[in-house]
Amino acid sequence: MNTGLLSRIAETLYWTGRYIERADDTARIIDVYMHRMLEDPHADEDADCRGLLAILGVPSPDGQRADIGLALFKLAYDAKSPSAVTGAVLAARAGVRGVRGVVSSEMWECLNVTWHGLPAQRRSAERIGPHVYLRFVSERAALFFGLADSTMSHDDAWRFLVLGRSLERVDMTARLLLARLSGTQYELGWSMLLRACGAHESFIRTHGWASEPQRVTEFLLLDRLFPRSVMHALSTAEECLTAMDPGPERAGDGNPARRPIGQLRTRLEYADPGGLAGQLPELLGALQETCGQASDAITKRYFQYAAPVTWVQEG
Amino acid sequence: MADIFDAYQPIEAWDEMFAGPGQPRPAYDALIAALQPMDPAELRFRADQLARVFTDRGVTFDFGGEERPFPLDMIPRVIDAVEWDLLVRGVKQRVLALEAFLADVYSGRQVFADGVVPWRTVFTSAGFCREASGLVPPNGVRVHVAGIDLIRDENGKFCVLEDNVRIPSGVSYVIENRRAMTNTFPTLFAEQHVNPVDEYPVRLLAALRAAAPSPANDPVIVVLTPGVYNAAYFEHTLLARLMGVELVEGRDLFCSGNRVYMHTTQGRRQVDVIYRRIDDHYLDPLHFRQESAIGCPGIINAARDGNVAIANAVGNGIADDKLLYTYVPDLIRYYLHDEPLLGNVESYRLDDPDIRTWVLEELDRFVLKPVNGAGGVGIVIGPMADEQTLAELHGTVAADPRGWIAQRPVALSTSPVLIDDRLAPRHIDLRPFAVNDGTDVWLLPGGLTRVALPEGTLVVNSSQGGGSKDTWVLDADTGPSAAQPAGPGQPVDLVATIRAPGLPGSIAADRQSGPMRGYEQ
Repeated sequence: MNTGLLSRIAETLYWTGRYIERADDTARIIDVYMHRMLEDPHADEDADCRGLLAILGVPSPDGQRADIGLALFKLAYDAKSPSAVTGAVLAARAGVRGVRGVVSSEMWECLNVTWHGLPAQRRSAERIGPHVYLRFVSERAALFFGLADSTMSHDDAWRFLVLGRSLERVDMTARLLLARLSGTQYELGWSMLLRACGAHESFIRTHGWASEPQRVTEFLLLDRLFPRSVMHALSTAEECLTAMDPGPERAGDGNPARRPIGQLRTRLEYADPGGLAGQLPELLGALQETCGQASDAITKRYFQYAAPVTWVQEG
Repeated sequence: MADIFDAYQPIEAWDEMFAGPGQPRPAYDALIAALQPMDPAELRFRADQLARVFTDRGVTFDFGGEERPFPLDMIPRVIDAVEWDLLVRGVKQRVLALEAFLADVYSGRQVFADGVVPWRTVFTSAGFCREASGLVPPNGVRVHVAGIDLIRDENGKFCVLEDNVRIPSGVSYVIENRRAMTNTFPTLFAEQHVNPVDEYPVRLLAALRAAAPSPANDPVIVVLTPGVYNAAYFEHTLLARLMGVELVEGRDLFCSGNRVYMHTTQGRRQVDVIYRRIDDHYLDPLHFRQESAIGCPGIINAARDGNVAIANAVGNGIADDKLLYTYVPDLIRYYLHDEPLLGNVESYRLDDPDIRTWVLEELDRFVLKPVNGAGGVGIVIGPMADEQTLAELHGTVAADPRGWIAQRPVALSTSPVLIDDRLAPRHIDLRPFAVNDGTDVWLLPGGLTRVALPEGTLVVNSSQGGGSKDTWVLDADTGPSAAQPAGPGQPVDLVATIRAPGLPGSIAADRQSGPMRGYEQ
């Protein structure tokens, strides 16, 4: 029997999925980027850091040099910004604390232990570099989603979590590809791009070392089997929405949250890999727009609950 | 043999573990035998493990906006079967008397006509809710959950310190304490049968279902919490999770047509029973505090219309009033025609002018308690207070005698507590939890033993630096005499104690495994 989920809880789970995925993806991207900046003797620190901030949608400082320390703070350690790794973990932990009755206690414990462990990891990172910190967060994120898959019923609560994770993935991959497109000096090499998506080894196993660059775009956008590809994430999001709300059987789809996702997924489904390069800028724009639309529609459809009532004394 | 108990020095109070230096009480024989082989460093190690488990699991209470773990002491408190039986009967009796009294206050009011309790005592109480008059719960139960605070005096006699029938909290620590203890200290449990505590959520759920307007129709039950900033938020989540019901906040609920609904992703869903952990005054802004943002407007009307049950009932606060407490033995005699099995601490009502004058003259010989206090706030222990405090107290009490009661100071019993690397006596109390489903009052075996951690203090509340102990109720047939102390050389066979007797050795098929390549020598 589908009795529905409290709207407040559904909203929290959706955002928990997004925040944890964001923490994981951001950590991976920073890790790859830092590694590259350190390896490359000709690196322009200011431009590289600005590039990194731009990918992740964080404004660069005006009239001030952007250095590694600043980028790390804004993207990794800032506890107040949900765009930073730390901030995203904190936001997820605070949210899950409020829905402890719905997630499994192991999941809550996983986030709580992560939260308690951050200061120690930060101290290690100060000594031996940010890698330990970023790796810790990525591992904990994997543990969290692993626990979600294995200890939670795959009901609507779980679906909201997965839905959030999927949309965040689409958004993140689109950002990375956009950065590649921008053609500026701080662009990531193809193998870096794959690493930042955790797709490097998977890609090599599928296409081998000597494959041409457009294969990378194709893999990250269209691969049906790799779980971080845009196609896979969109399909997962669509499945979640369909299962939550099967809709009319005969014609049309009354669910405004599912429509943009389904349309885009279908477009990718039948896209011609050869012509992909030409459409890419427009396609990536459409991807980001779709994520925004879908998120708004989900909020409108599922997360409507009363704001605190205020009372007016009459007379 | 030198062991951790050698240096233990009981103080002037009833010690739970030792009748005198080196003379353990029989109920503790097996426990002491299991603890004796350990050195203080070993105990410390386990205590640190235990603290980490609590921090990781988020077993915390909110202390001034900060999440703090509730300190759990390693040494359990043990209650033998005979003594527990007395407590069970005593607490049941008290809960039933309070149920009868509350029903009387909010409908018949016979007890005032018969002169047992003065009416003015009730209507001057802050806990009395005029709004609850005539509101009869579907199955008549008002005290679904009660926490009756007990202490043991200098002579080893249990007596009631106060009644909590509004929203008694602490049961989550009982459940978590036991879980943590069995995880970090399994050997302690091997030698004796300790009554489990995990039945509580099932009992509570059954009582809440029974309270529903129509219990047969698979009622929807929710736990209503004020939110994550409440000190007991952890408990709310634990109970909701263990009962498998929704944990809601006021903003998740709304009322329409005198029914209560919650907002879900599939539209609205009607709620039948609300186990609320919000005070009466914040529950419904239509009837109580208008500025309350954590309640839900209309709940009281829905309850009055019989469409929703509220547990515990609105208006129970009158029974928590400390002045009313002094009447409970009379209420037991009046309603149950029975002698109280558990007495009160010797208490004095200050509305009698003679008693008031006498108490005010000798404030340093009494404990003064505000009648509406909770969490140990406002209590003045006369013998320990300085002159200035007493002078101020004199003024406050003289100005508002209805607001205070006086009690004889009781040295709460003590129990060994691990402080740094040694055991020291600390004062403890006991809060057993009783669940009333309308046909029977059930007691959770044991309850919460709270510890006053600072040396010499008598206030055990978590908000005042209290800790807790796992509380064991021993089974009748594994009482003190049946327990076999394990010597240091005897390894404890955990498996043997866990395995059910008579289980055939091989009940399942053999495990399958793949080819073991790489393992060949």
